[in-house]
Amino acid sequence: MAAITITVNGEARTLDIDSAMPLLWVLHETLGLTGTKYGCGIAQCGACTVILNDNAVRSCVTPIARAHGKRLTTIEGLSADATHPIQRAWLAEQVPQCGYCQSGQMMSTAVLLAAIPDPTDADIDDALTGSICRCGTYMRIRRAVHRAAELMQGGGR
Amino acid sequence: MTSARLRWYTVAIIASAMLDASRRGQAQVASPHAFEPIAAVLSSPRCGNCHITGDALQGEDGRPHSINIRRGVDGRGTPAMRCGNCHQDVSSLTPHAPPGAPDWRLPPAATPLAWKGLAAGDQCRMLKDKTKNGGRTLADLLDHMSHDPLVVASWNPGPGRSLPPLSHDAFVQAFKAWIDTGAICPE
Repeated sequence: MAAITITVNGEARTLDIDSAMPLLWVLHETLGLTGTKYGCGIAQCGACTVILNDNAVRSCVTPIARAHGKRLTTIEGLSADATHPIQRAWLAEQVPQCGYCQSGQMMSTAVLLAAIPDPTDADIDDALTGSICRCGTYMRIRRAVHRAAELMQGGGR
Repeated sequence: MTSARLRWYTVAIIASAMLDASRRGQAQVASPHAFEPIAAVLSSPRCGNCHITGDALQGEDGRPHSINIRRGVDGRGTPAMRCGNCHQDVSSLTPHAPPGAPDWRLPPAATPLAWKGLAAGDQCRMLKDKTKNGGRTLADLLDHMSHDPLVVASWNPGPGRSLPPLSHDAFVQAFKAWIDTGAICPE
Protein backbone atom coordinates (compact mmCIF):
# COMPACT_ATOMS: atom_id res chain seq x y z
CA MET A 1 0.00 0.00 0.00
CA ALA A 2 1.14 3.51 -0.70
CA ALA A 3 -0.09 7.04 -0.10
CA ILE A 4 -1.03 8.47 -3.46
CA THR A 5 -1.81 12.17 -3.66
CA ILE A 6 -3.78 13.21 -6.70
CA THR A 7 -5.99 16.10 -7.77
CA VAL A 8 -9.19 14.61 -9.15
CA ASN A 9 -11.38 16.99 -11.10
CA GLY A 10 -9.98 19.89 -9.10
CA GLU A 11 -10.23 18.23 -5.70
CA ALA A 12 -7.09 17.12 -3.84
CA ARG A 13 -7.29 13.51 -2.66
CA THR A 14 -4.90 11.27 -0.77
CA LEU A 15 -5.45 7.55 -1.24
CA ASP A 16 -3.90 4.70 0.75
CA ILE A 17 -3.86 2.15 -2.01
CA ASP A 18 -1.90 -0.52 -3.88
CA SER A 19 0.36 1.53 -6.13
CA ALA A 20 0.02 -1.00 -8.95
CA MET A 21 -3.78 -0.82 -9.09
CA PRO A 22 -4.96 0.42 -12.50
CA LEU A 23 -6.24 3.96 -12.44
CA LEU A 24 -9.57 2.83 -13.91
CA TRP A 25 -10.12 0.51 -10.95
CA VAL A 26 -9.41 3.37 -8.57
CA LEU A 27 -11.90 5.59 -10.37
CA HIS A 28 -14.64 2.99 -10.15
CA GLU A 29 -13.99 1.25 -6.85
CA THR A 30 -12.40 3.92 -4.68
CA LEU A 31 -13.57 7.25 -6.03
CA GLY A 32 -17.00 6.23 -7.32
CA LEU A 33 -16.45 7.89 -10.70
CA THR A 34 -18.05 5.50 -13.15
CA GLY A 35 -18.33 7.71 -16.23
CA THR A 36 -15.02 6.36 -17.51
CA LYS A 37 -15.66 2.99 -19.13
CA TYR A 38 -13.86 -0.33 -19.20
CA GLY A 39 -13.55 -1.62 -22.75
CA CYS A 40 -10.65 -3.90 -23.63
CA GLY A 41 -8.31 -3.70 -20.64
CA ILE A 42 -5.22 -3.62 -22.89
CA ALA A 43 -5.13 -0.02 -24.17
CA GLN A 44 -6.60 -0.90 -27.54
CA CYS A 45 -10.05 0.72 -27.59
CA GLY A 46 -9.88 4.11 -25.86
CA ALA A 47 -13.07 3.80 -23.80
CA CYS A 48 -11.14 4.36 -20.56
CA THR A 49 -9.34 7.53 -21.67
CA VAL A 50 -8.87 10.21 -19.01
CA ILE A 51 -6.63 13.28 -18.86
CA LEU A 52 -3.58 13.04 -16.64
CA ASN A 53 -1.98 16.46 -16.57
CA ASP A 54 -2.24 17.20 -20.30
CA ASN A 55 -2.17 13.66 -21.68
CA ALA A 56 -5.01 11.42 -22.78
CA VAL A 57 -3.93 8.28 -20.94
CA ARG A 58 -5.56 4.87 -21.01
CA SER A 59 -6.64 4.37 -17.42
CA CYS A 60 -7.05 0.59 -17.78
CA VAL A 61 -3.27 0.07 -18.10
CA THR A 62 -2.05 3.06 -16.08
CA PRO A 63 -0.96 2.17 -12.54
CA ILE A 64 -2.25 4.63 -9.95
CA ALA A 65 1.39 5.30 -8.98
CA ARG A 66 1.82 7.20 -12.26
CA ALA A 67 -0.90 9.62 -11.18
CA HIS A 68 0.86 10.57 -7.94
CA GLY A 69 1.23 14.35 -7.74
CA LYS A 70 -0.67 14.91 -10.97
CA ARG A 71 -3.94 16.47 -12.11
CA LEU A 72 -6.58 14.01 -13.25
CA THR A 73 -9.64 15.00 -15.23
CA THR A 74 -12.41 12.52 -15.96
CA ILE A 75 -15.62 12.96 -17.93
CA GLU A 76 -17.27 14.09 -14.68
CA GLY A 77 -14.72 16.90 -14.51
CA LEU A 78 -15.44 18.47 -17.89
CA SER A 79 -18.37 20.24 -16.29
CA ALA A 80 -20.85 19.58 -13.50
CA ASP A 81 -23.87 20.25 -15.69
CA ALA A 82 -22.96 19.15 -19.24
CA THR A 83 -22.26 22.72 -20.33
CA HIS A 84 -18.67 22.26 -21.46
CA PRO A 85 -18.38 23.15 -25.17
CA ILE A 86 -17.44 19.58 -26.03
CA GLN A 87 -20.50 18.24 -24.23
CA ARG A 88 -22.70 20.88 -25.88
CA ALA A 89 -21.30 20.00 -29.28
CA TRP A 90 -21.88 16.31 -28.64
CA LEU A 91 -25.49 17.02 -27.73
CA ALA A 92 -26.02 19.33 -30.69
CA GLU A 93 -24.70 16.75 -33.13
CA GLN A 94 -26.54 13.90 -31.37
CA VAL A 95 -23.32 11.92 -31.46
CA PRO A 96 -23.86 8.92 -29.15
CA GLN A 97 -25.68 5.84 -30.22
CA CYS A 98 -25.01 3.28 -27.49
CA GLY A 99 -22.71 5.84 -25.85
CA TYR A 100 -20.25 3.45 -24.28
CA CYS A 101 -17.13 4.88 -25.96
CA GLN A 102 -18.17 8.51 -25.84
CA SER A 103 -16.57 9.59 -22.58
CA GLY A 104 -13.22 8.44 -23.98
CA GLN A 105 -13.91 10.18 -27.28
CA MET A 106 -14.67 13.44 -25.49
CA MET A 107 -11.60 13.29 -23.25
CA SER A 108 -9.36 12.71 -26.26
CA THR A 109 -11.10 15.61 -27.98
CA ALA A 110 -10.35 17.87 -25.01
CA VAL A 111 -6.65 17.07 -25.31
CA LEU A 112 -6.72 17.56 -29.08
CA LEU A 113 -8.38 20.97 -28.85
CA ALA A 114 -5.97 22.12 -26.16
CA ALA A 115 -3.10 21.36 -28.56
CA ILE A 116 -4.78 22.28 -31.86
CA PRO A 117 -7.66 24.74 -31.35
CA ASP A 118 -8.81 24.56 -34.99
CA PRO A 119 -8.11 21.00 -36.12
CA THR A 120 -8.45 19.65 -39.64
CA ASP A 121 -10.24 16.41 -40.39
CA ALA A 122 -6.83 14.74 -40.53
CA ASP A 123 -5.88 16.12 -37.09
CA ILE A 124 -9.14 14.75 -35.70
CA ASP A 125 -8.64 11.37 -37.32
CA ASP A 126 -5.09 11.10 -35.94
CA ALA A 127 -6.12 12.17 -32.45
CA LEU A 128 -9.15 9.91 -32.17
CA THR A 129 -7.82 6.94 -34.10
CA GLY A 130 -7.35 5.05 -30.86
CA SER A 131 -10.95 5.49 -29.74
CA ILE A 132 -13.07 2.80 -31.30
CA CYS A 133 -16.83 3.22 -31.73
CA ARG A 134 -18.61 -0.02 -32.53
CA CYS A 135 -21.74 1.93 -33.47
CA GLY A 136 -19.74 3.72 -36.17
CA THR A 137 -20.56 7.28 -35.16
CA TYR A 138 -17.28 8.58 -36.51
CA MET A 139 -18.79 11.13 -38.91
CA ARG A 140 -20.88 12.64 -36.13
CA ILE A 141 -17.87 12.65 -33.82
CA ARG A 142 -15.85 14.55 -36.40
CA ARG A 143 -18.62 17.13 -36.85
CA ALA A 144 -18.93 17.52 -33.11
CA VAL A 145 -15.20 18.13 -32.72
CA HIS A 146 -15.38 20.91 -35.30
CA ARG A 147 -18.41 22.37 -33.54
CA ALA A 148 -16.67 22.18 -30.15
CA ALA A 149 -13.67 23.98 -31.64
CA GLU A 150 -15.93 26.77 -32.87
CA LEU A 151 -17.64 27.04 -29.50
CA MET A 152 -14.35 27.21 -27.65
CA GLN A 153 -12.88 29.78 -30.01
CA GLY A 154 -16.04 31.82 -29.57
CA GLY A 155 -15.43 31.90 -25.85
CA GLY A 156 -17.67 29.00 -25.01
CA ARG A 157 -15.16 28.05 -22.33
CA MET B 1 21.93 -17.59 -37.57
CA THR B 2 20.80 -19.44 -34.43
CA SER B 3 21.07 -17.87 -30.96
CA ALA B 4 23.65 -20.45 -29.87
CA ARG B 5 25.82 -19.77 -32.92
CA LEU B 6 25.50 -16.04 -32.38
CA ARG B 7 26.56 -16.31 -28.75
CA TRP B 8 29.54 -18.48 -29.69
CA TYR B 9 30.41 -16.11 -32.48
CA THR B 10 30.26 -13.11 -30.16
CA VAL B 11 32.46 -14.76 -27.55
CA ALA B 12 34.96 -15.74 -30.25
CA ILE B 13 35.07 -12.19 -31.60
CA ILE B 14 35.58 -10.67 -28.18
CA ALA B 15 38.28 -13.19 -27.26
CA SER B 16 40.01 -12.70 -30.61
CA ALA B 17 39.94 -8.93 -30.26
CA MET B 18 41.35 -9.07 -26.75
CA LEU B 19 44.08 -11.48 -27.82
CA ASP B 20 45.01 -9.41 -30.86
CA ALA B 21 45.04 -6.18 -28.86
CA SER B 22 47.21 -7.85 -26.26
CA ARG B 23 49.66 -9.12 -28.88
CA ARG B 24 49.98 -5.78 -30.58
CA GLY B 25 49.95 -3.76 -27.41
CA GLN B 26 47.19 -1.53 -28.73
CA ALA B 27 43.41 -1.41 -28.49
CA GLN B 28 42.42 -1.05 -32.11
CA VAL B 29 42.38 -4.02 -34.44
CA ALA B 30 40.29 -3.70 -37.54
CA SER B 31 37.54 -6.32 -37.70
CA PRO B 32 34.64 -5.96 -40.12
CA HIS B 33 33.08 -9.11 -38.62
CA ALA B 34 32.70 -7.53 -35.20
CA PHE B 35 29.52 -5.75 -36.29
CA GLU B 36 27.68 -8.90 -37.33
CA PRO B 37 26.26 -9.87 -33.90
CA ILE B 38 25.25 -6.24 -33.40
CA ALA B 39 23.39 -6.26 -36.71
CA ALA B 40 21.52 -9.37 -35.61
CA VAL B 41 20.22 -7.50 -32.56
CA LEU B 42 19.41 -4.31 -34.47
CA SER B 43 17.40 -6.37 -36.95
CA SER B 44 15.28 -8.03 -34.27
CA PRO B 45 11.67 -6.86 -33.98
CA ARG B 46 12.40 -5.26 -30.61
CA CYS B 47 14.69 -2.71 -32.30
CA GLY B 48 13.53 -2.85 -35.92
CA ASN B 49 9.86 -2.06 -35.26
CA CYS B 50 10.76 1.52 -34.34
CA HIS B 51 13.92 2.13 -36.41
CA ILE B 52 11.91 2.63 -39.57
CA THR B 53 10.73 5.24 -42.00
CA GLY B 54 7.08 6.17 -41.55
CA ASP B 55 4.85 5.15 -38.69
CA ALA B 56 5.35 2.60 -35.92
CA LEU B 57 5.28 -1.14 -36.46
CA GLN B 58 4.60 -3.90 -33.97
CA GLY B 59 4.75 -7.63 -33.45
CA GLU B 60 7.11 -10.32 -34.61
CA ASP B 61 6.09 -9.73 -38.23
CA GLY B 62 6.55 -5.95 -38.15
CA ARG B 63 2.96 -5.18 -39.08
CA PRO B 64 1.56 -1.62 -38.86
CA HIS B 65 0.89 -0.59 -35.26
CA SER B 66 -2.72 -1.23 -34.28
CA ILE B 67 -5.18 1.67 -34.18
CA ASN B 68 -3.25 3.50 -36.90
CA ILE B 69 -0.67 5.16 -34.67
CA ARG B 70 1.21 8.12 -36.20
CA ARG B 71 4.86 8.83 -35.55
CA GLY B 72 4.56 12.58 -35.00
CA VAL B 73 7.40 15.07 -35.45
CA ASP B 74 9.22 14.15 -32.24
CA GLY B 75 8.61 10.42 -32.58
CA ARG B 76 6.25 10.42 -29.61
CA GLY B 77 2.95 10.45 -31.50
CA THR B 78 0.29 13.09 -32.12
CA PRO B 79 -1.94 15.10 -29.76
CA ALA B 80 -4.17 12.74 -27.76
CA MET B 81 -2.26 9.77 -29.17
CA ARG B 82 1.16 10.05 -27.53
CA CYS B 83 3.17 6.87 -27.10
CA GLY B 84 3.22 7.29 -23.33
CA ASN B 85 -0.56 7.40 -23.18
CA CYS B 86 -0.57 3.60 -23.45
CA HIS B 87 3.08 2.55 -22.97
CA GLN B 88 3.87 2.69 -19.26
CA ASP B 89 7.28 2.73 -17.55
CA VAL B 90 7.46 -1.07 -17.55
CA SER B 91 6.07 -3.78 -19.80
CA SER B 92 2.65 -5.10 -18.90
CA LEU B 93 2.46 -8.73 -17.82
CA THR B 94 -0.90 -9.03 -19.56
CA PRO B 95 -0.78 -10.72 -22.99
CA HIS B 96 -1.30 -8.25 -25.87
CA ALA B 97 -1.02 -5.24 -23.56
CA PRO B 98 1.66 -2.68 -24.43
CA PRO B 99 5.34 -3.15 -23.68
CA GLY B 100 6.83 -0.32 -21.65
CA ALA B 101 9.80 1.81 -20.75
CA PRO B 102 10.14 5.41 -19.59
CA ASP B 103 9.65 7.86 -22.46
CA TRP B 104 8.53 5.29 -25.04
CA ARG B 105 9.18 6.71 -28.49
CA LEU B 106 10.47 6.29 -32.02
CA PRO B 107 13.43 8.27 -33.28
CA PRO B 108 12.34 11.77 -34.39
CA ALA B 109 10.87 12.04 -37.89
CA ALA B 110 13.83 14.14 -39.09
CA THR B 111 16.38 11.51 -37.99
CA PRO B 112 14.52 8.20 -38.10
CA LEU B 113 17.69 6.07 -38.14
CA ALA B 114 15.70 3.62 -40.21
CA TRP B 115 17.90 0.56 -40.41
CA LYS B 116 15.13 -2.03 -40.62
CA GLY B 117 15.68 -4.18 -43.70
CA LEU B 118 19.17 -2.88 -44.48
CA ALA B 119 22.24 -5.08 -44.86
CA ALA B 120 24.64 -5.13 -41.90
CA GLY B 121 27.14 -2.84 -43.61
CA ASP B 122 24.52 -0.24 -44.38
CA GLN B 123 23.15 -0.46 -40.83
CA CYS B 124 26.66 0.08 -39.52
CA ARG B 125 27.37 3.10 -41.70
CA MET B 126 24.00 4.64 -40.80
CA LEU B 127 24.59 4.04 -37.09
CA LYS B 128 27.95 5.82 -37.21
CA ASP B 129 26.73 8.76 -39.31
CA LYS B 130 26.28 11.69 -36.95
CA THR B 131 23.97 13.42 -39.41
CA LYS B 132 21.60 10.48 -39.03
CA ASN B 133 22.17 9.24 -35.48
CA GLY B 134 21.30 12.39 -33.57
CA GLY B 135 24.90 13.59 -33.41
CA ARG B 136 26.09 10.69 -31.29
CA THR B 137 29.74 9.70 -30.99
CA LEU B 138 30.72 6.05 -30.63
CA ALA B 139 30.88 6.59 -26.87
CA ASP B 140 27.37 8.08 -26.96
CA LEU B 141 26.13 5.09 -28.95
CA LEU B 142 27.68 2.69 -26.44
CA ASP B 143 26.01 4.57 -23.62
CA HIS B 144 22.67 4.45 -25.48
CA MET B 145 22.97 0.72 -26.04
CA SER B 146 24.12 0.09 -22.48
CA HIS B 147 21.86 2.30 -20.40
CA ASP B 148 18.94 3.84 -22.29
CA PRO B 149 15.88 2.34 -20.56
CA LEU B 150 14.11 2.05 -23.90
CA VAL B 151 16.94 -0.10 -25.28
CA VAL B 152 17.22 -2.19 -22.12
CA ALA B 153 13.44 -2.76 -22.19
CA SER B 154 13.92 -4.77 -25.39
CA TRP B 155 15.05 -7.60 -23.12
CA ASN B 156 11.90 -7.36 -21.01
CA PRO B 157 9.19 -6.89 -23.65
CA GLY B 158 6.31 -8.66 -21.95
CA PRO B 159 4.63 -11.96 -22.82
CA GLY B 160 4.41 -13.14 -26.42
CA ARG B 161 7.33 -11.11 -27.73
CA SER B 162 10.69 -12.58 -28.70
CA LEU B 163 13.94 -11.41 -27.17
CA PRO B 164 16.86 -10.12 -29.26
CA PRO B 165 19.26 -12.95 -30.24
CA LEU B 166 21.93 -11.99 -27.68
CA SER B 167 21.56 -11.22 -23.98
CA HIS B 168 21.86 -7.53 -23.20
CA ASP B 169 25.23 -8.08 -21.50
CA ALA B 170 26.56 -9.97 -24.54
CA PHE B 171 25.22 -7.27 -26.83
CA VAL B 172 26.99 -4.54 -24.88
CA GLN B 173 30.22 -6.57 -24.87
CA ALA B 174 29.92 -7.09 -28.61
CA PHE B 175 29.36 -3.37 -29.09
CA LYS B 176 32.44 -2.55 -27.01
CA ALA B 177 34.46 -5.11 -28.96
CA TRP B 178 33.31 -3.56 -32.25
CA ILE B 179 34.42 -0.11 -31.07
CA ASP B 180 37.69 -1.45 -29.65
CA THR B 181 38.51 -3.14 -32.94
CA GLY B 182 38.11 0.05 -34.91
CA ALA B 183 34.33 0.26 -35.43
CA ILE B 184 34.84 -1.08 -38.93
CA CYS B 185 31.71 -1.61 -41.02
CA PRO B 186 31.18 -4.73 -43.15
CA GLU B 187 31.11 -4.16 -46.92
